[in-house]
Amino acid sequence: MTAIATSGLTKRFPGGAGGWPLAGKRPGQLAVDHIDLDVPRNSVYGFLGPNGSGKTTTIRMLLGLAFPTSGTAAVLDVPIPAEANRVLHKVGSLVEGPAFYPFLSGYANLARYDAADRTADPRTARTRIGEALDRVGLLPAANKRFRHYSLGMKQRLAIAAGLLRPRELIILDEPTNGLDPQGTREVRALVRQIAADGTTVFVSSHLLAEVEQVCSHVGVMRTGKLVFQGSLPELRRTGAARVVVQTSDAEKAAKVLASLGLDNAQAADGEATATLGDAEPERVCAELVQAGVGVRGFAVAAPSLEDLFVGLTGEGFAIDG
Amino acid sequence: MFGRRRNQALLAVTAAFPILIGIALKIASPKGRGGGPNSGTAFFDQLAGNGVFLTFIALSSLLILVLPVVVSVVAGDSIAGEAGYGTLRYLLSVPAGRTRLLAVKFGAIVVFGLCATFVIAAVALVMGAILFPVGPVTLLSGTTVSLGAGLVRLLFVTLYCAAAMAALGALGLAISTLTEHAIGAIAAAMIAVVTSEVVDNVPQLSAVGPFLPTHWWLDFDSLLRAPVDSAVLARGLLSFAVYAVLCCSFAWARFTSSDVTS
Repeated sequence: MTAIATSGLTKRFPGGAGGWPLAGKRPGQLAVDHIDLDVPRNSVYGFLGPNGSGKTTTIRMLLGLAFPTSGTAAVLDVPIPAEANRVLHKVGSLVEGPAFYPFLSGYANLARYDAADRTADPRTARTRIGEALDRVGLLPAANKRFRHYSLGMKQRLAIAAGLLRPRELIILDEPTNGLDPQGTREVRALVRQIAADGTTVFVSSHLLAEVEQVCSHVGVMRTGKLVFQGSLPELRRTGAARVVVQTSDAEKAAKVLASLGLDNAQAADGEATATLGDAEPERVCAELVQAGVGVRGFAVAAPSLEDLFVGLTGEGFAIDG
Repeated sequence: MFGRRRNQALLAVTAAFPILIGIALKIASPKGRGGGPNSGTAFFDQLAGNGVFLTFIALSSLLILVLPVVVSVVAGDSIAGEAGYGTLRYLLSVPAGRTRLLAVKFGAIVVFGLCATFVIAAVALVMGAILFPVGPVTLLSGTTVSLGAGLVRLLFVTLYCAAAMAALGALGLAISTLTEHAIGAIAAAMIAVVTSEVVDNVPQLSAVGPFLPTHWWLDFDSLLRAPVDSAVLARGLLSFAVYAVLCCSFAWARFTSSDVTS
């Protein structure tokens, strides 16, 4: 029983002017490269990666909007895109920002999406739309035309569309894009609330901090590849703790650290660092002092998730691949 | 569909034309003929004697450009407009189903074309009755039928025009699946109509004439003869059906197999 499972899922966009915007003239941009997603039910899965790493393309394939070049995908154990229409009514989604008819009110927009759903009971539509609007706090603006909504309201209306019916899976693509800090907090609270109801939440983001507090699992994308997948504690474990020694004689300190069998011993400006590994910090400190290194400061630094994330996805604006 | 202001405006515009034509012809009629360059010239002579003919005049003039524009706007916007707003991806992930969505869109286009045609016919009929005397209808072939029989023929003429618009709607729908820019799809459908009409009027290209989408549009005047030239009508309707089937098949093949990237 998995919420989302993919195997070797790949998407190659045709090249040329009509293709993927970043592809330029190169033929066939590989947007998603053999990814094997495994999203357990009842998890809150953070799908992380910088802009352009293939998150949205993956989500489009999961919703049957784009067809994979190769590989398979299953959502709630139903193959996608072959039997998409059999399962998608159990999936609420927000893909690449909100999209509604500007000339209709928020309520009328939701009513239109609900009417497009054959499996939804039209008799309960009014109540369900009201409840969804209430959940995202849009009830007071229900009859306002969509074009007059603020960015945050638009985003919330899109989330409301995902909540029109009880869902087994909610897919949220960058749900906090364009939101102010309050809005971001509200979305986080909403995600917690949805997860507490037993719904699996798959939330993509390019900001680790945004999902760190709510996620139980994470998958990290980099240029179309899934470079990490697992629970949050597992991600933390991948980062090795380092000892940081502040001293006037960094070179000597680094030598001592290396002689103690610590890897990656480096000396920098007034500071020597090495991977701690299995060594006990107390013994390392004592050895340093014994070797005559003037220790001004000694610390064991566990990498922040942010560091791990950047380590996995690369730094800066480089567009590789 | 009819709640949208744009569509209401389109219907209002189509309703305005028969009124304008009626008034213009009323003003012109005392001086003699109000004849125009359109193929409906024969109708103009009849108008002064019978208001019913205003309907035929209105339909034959508006079928050249105004009605195709109105249908092209709705048809060209159908899929491309949804793609442009981004609502297409949400409709498909509801899931609306690609084939079903296409069928609903085509149904809406046909209904809209039918409404627009009937609005023209109805408004023209009312205007004709107000401005001109109404009585038994003298057909183009010279025979006279009762007013009731004339109105029945009028109904069939309107349906024939609506069928022509449904075929154009299918063409617009097919173009609409190719792009996410509604205005491009609308323009392309219009260009197709105008090109077809121009080619149809070049004598040297008369060989391709019967295969053009617009060639049979104005042949509804066959219904105003006794006996009715059913062979021409049948060929016209066949042409509409072939265009509708081809275009809908193309739209379906394209829409059910392409990525939605908007």
